[in-house]
Amino acid sequence: MNGPPGADRHTLDLAIIGAGPAGLAAAVTASELGLATAVFDEQFHPGGQIYRAIEDAPERAGAWLTLFGEDYARGLELVRRFRASTANYHTGHSVFDISPGGGLGVLGPDGARWIEARRVIIATGAMERPVAVPDWTLPGVMGAGAAQTLLKGAAMVPEGRTVIAGSGPLIYLVARQLRAAGGNIVAVIDTTPRSNYRRAAPLLARAMLAGNKEIRKGLSWRRDLKKATPIFRTGASGVRIEGRDAVEAISFSVAGRTERVECDLVLLHEGVVPNTQLAMAAGADHHYDLVQACWRPKTDAYGRSSDPAILIAGDGAGIGGAELASEAGHLAALGVAADLSQISQEDAAERAAPAFSKLAGKAALRRFLDTLYQPRDEVLVPPDDETLICRCEEVTAGELRRVAEMGCSGPNQAKAFTRCGMGPCQGRMCGLAAAAVLARASGRSFAEVGHMRVRPPIKPITVGELAALDGVGQPPDMGPLLPTGQEDGAGE
Amino acid sequence: MSTADVVVIGGGIHGCSAALNLARRGLKVIVLEKDYVGRHASTANAGGVRTLLRHTAEVPLALEARKFWHDIERHLGSDCGYHTVGQIAVAETEQAFEDLAVRDTRMRGLGYDHEELIDADTLKALVPAIARTVHGGLIVRGDGAASPFHATQAFRHAAEAQGVVIRENARVDALEQTANGWLVDHDGMRVHVSTIVNTAGAWGDRIAAMAGETIPLSWFLPMMMVTARVPEFLEPVIVNTARPLSFKQMPNGTLLIGGGRPAVGDLERMTYHIDFAGLKATAQTVRDLFPHLRDIPIMRAWAGFEGRFADDIPVIGPSAGARNLFHAFGFCGHGFQLAPIVGKLIAELVVDGTASLPTDAFAVDRFPTEIDENLSDRIAAHG
Repeated sequence: MNGPPGADRHTLDLAIIGAGPAGLAAAVTASELGLATAVFDEQFHPGGQIYRAIEDAPERAGAWLTLFGEDYARGLELVRRFRASTANYHTGHSVFDISPGGGLGVLGPDGARWIEARRVIIATGAMERPVAVPDWTLPGVMGAGAAQTLLKGAAMVPEGRTVIAGSGPLIYLVARQLRAAGGNIVAVIDTTPRSNYRRAAPLLARAMLAGNKEIRKGLSWRRDLKKATPIFRTGASGVRIEGRDAVEAISFSVAGRTERVECDLVLLHEGVVPNTQLAMAAGADHHYDLVQACWRPKTDAYGRSSDPAILIAGDGAGIGGAELASEAGHLAALGVAADLSQISQEDAAERAAPAFSKLAGKAALRRFLDTLYQPRDEVLVPPDDETLICRCEEVTAGELRRVAEMGCSGPNQAKAFTRCGMGPCQGRMCGLAAAAVLARASGRSFAEVGHMRVRPPIKPITVGELAALDGVGQPPDMGPLLPTGQEDGAGE
Repeated sequence: MSTADVVVIGGGIHGCSAALNLARRGLKVIVLEKDYVGRHASTANAGGVRTLLRHTAEVPLALEARKFWHDIERHLGSDCGYHTVGQIAVAETEQAFEDLAVRDTRMRGLGYDHEELIDADTLKALVPAIARTVHGGLIVRGDGAASPFHATQAFRHAAEAQGVVIRENARVDALEQTANGWLVDHDGMRVHVSTIVNTAGAWGDRIAAMAGETIPLSWFLPMMMVTARVPEFLEPVIVNTARPLSFKQMPNGTLLIGGGRPAVGDLERMTYHIDFAGLKATAQTVRDLFPHLRDIPIMRAWAGFEGRFADDIPVIGPSAGARNLFHAFGFCGHGFQLAPIVGKLIAELVVDGTASLPTDAFAVDRFPTEIDENLSDRIAAHG
């Protein structure tokens, strides 16, 4: 894969970015079908976020697998099949750019190189929706998913009085896991609006048909927690973090009454959203999903994006969870195999049928969950002016509202007006909320104001690493741009 | 239908400057911008305020513009982030230094003394972090750098304060010449004006084509990148002559790196992608000139659409084919510094019929042009 361009262009049939359920399943299917496949992943072990450190799980003390449940165990089987496959597995590699047509800039322990693959599957999954409430940037506030990552990856259990606040199935799962691992959960504050229950209720019966087990499991977790947690509130809103140098308490209101709970750690969670940075960097078309309240790449049933060389599989294309993500990875690999004439379109369709029916079978469950856990307005558009939206450049919601009045019409202009989104995270944390605040301030829809354009490098690369980038040719000779002879001229 | 004296097409820094100067001369001006003010080259550039190594034809304009920059707050009510930090062209090779010496002699022969040849020791004293291998350079101590965004906004706000109306997301669909002016159609609306000023940058030829004039403009996408913050080590702006580079440290500590290597793009769709082969070459130049920056992370790379002519200087002046149409576009990646003076010259051309500085070298008829044969018929039809 190294060497001059041209000589080895497209020796790779398929590059897969990410080794979570979608990426692993895609790699298994693609290599079974004889495609020259490489997987690039930032971590050093397969599994992604959901199956993090899964290969260590059986050896760990205690009932580790029991703690994370049978979903986690299902990951073991997938990882084993991946390990047995012929796919090249590149650990510790980040992808800093993806260009239209399937070019990838990858940075690994041996430096940076540019790779051309005939097809790319982006399987970078989901990220927690950043929850911007007053003082959410104080030490002692983190995402519930991040806490779970620490538990899975490093067996770290938070010390001190812990509060979990937010909405979605994960808050119950994490609360339960942390409690079982010895955490001190003093309060669970569910912010799911009561109106969501009313809207989701008519969808429940069909959802039960699709996922009776999942729903019952969720309900039982909730019941257990309610019994075991000193403070258990539902229908909460107006969450604020309090503290001077670190978290001292969380406050919120339920039915107009404000409550305050002293604590040392707050785990916030308002669902997960697709991690669209690479798909956006590639220039793939996206659309705003009003129900999941996030941007999603436009894909066909196999995950093909608007760029014929680029597919997106798993939660990165829209939230569906680990089980469906692995089906989507499988489908994307079938799509690639058909596109590259490794198998016929008919063969692909036949092989895809079980996955399609599984996806269809779970659709009613997804619709129910999406409706029940649809983020409430104050999560999407933080109402308090003092709330920090961009933590890298310290831009508040109030500041964004102020520049909206000055004629700043969208998140890309806001970068210039306020530096919002110009920090190290490249707008990954603030992009959705910043656009939403600007949309609301100018009376337009989220879709209308658009999203922040993603600028490479997506992941940090140093001057020295870039200067040693392998696999690219010489750029066109521009001649001296500042000729010192008869005529001259140069860029500013 | 609305009316005004002048429609300025293109709300970049040149459009805003032209509008401001026209309004100061008492004219009623509307700016039509297809995206939003400063969307493309005006804010994607590095903000260099450079008279150094200018094309001979641009030197009088650049020197006059420099006076505005030195006093920009008085002119616009904003400092535009401008600082006189100097600009230095460094010679990486003996040959490059000899070329700079030839340039120096030639400029002095033409009566210009703003550029100053400096030897390697003087250069190293001014830029202690630079590689020991440099052979000297050419400096303009009175040059500097500004914030492209703030400068463009400052021109915009000054223009609006002078009564200019700026319409954003206003894409011009058609131009039609009448006996006494123009009809400008955009977004289902029509404006009747006496005069059109075309400051549409990389799209300038398309606007000219609507008036029946063919202008051989091309475009390119000079790439920029910015690094993480580093402790202050560099005051002047550095440009390189042997390999393309422009390099400066911003007040917040980040390094802004450009030089003109192009991204790959599509002007119609207004999309582009960074070319990492070009970015690599630029990173090599940085690494070689400033070895201590090897481990500094690059935060972001971008590019902006720039109009470009084969001879690397812009078009400034009246249309060759149509009356009451003036062009100022195609600045080839070095128009930012010129904005204050070009806007003033355009206003002079529109109001007085003649400019206070020589603009012959920028005449549009230096290219072979085709006149739209139907133009006179259309004019007659509206007569």
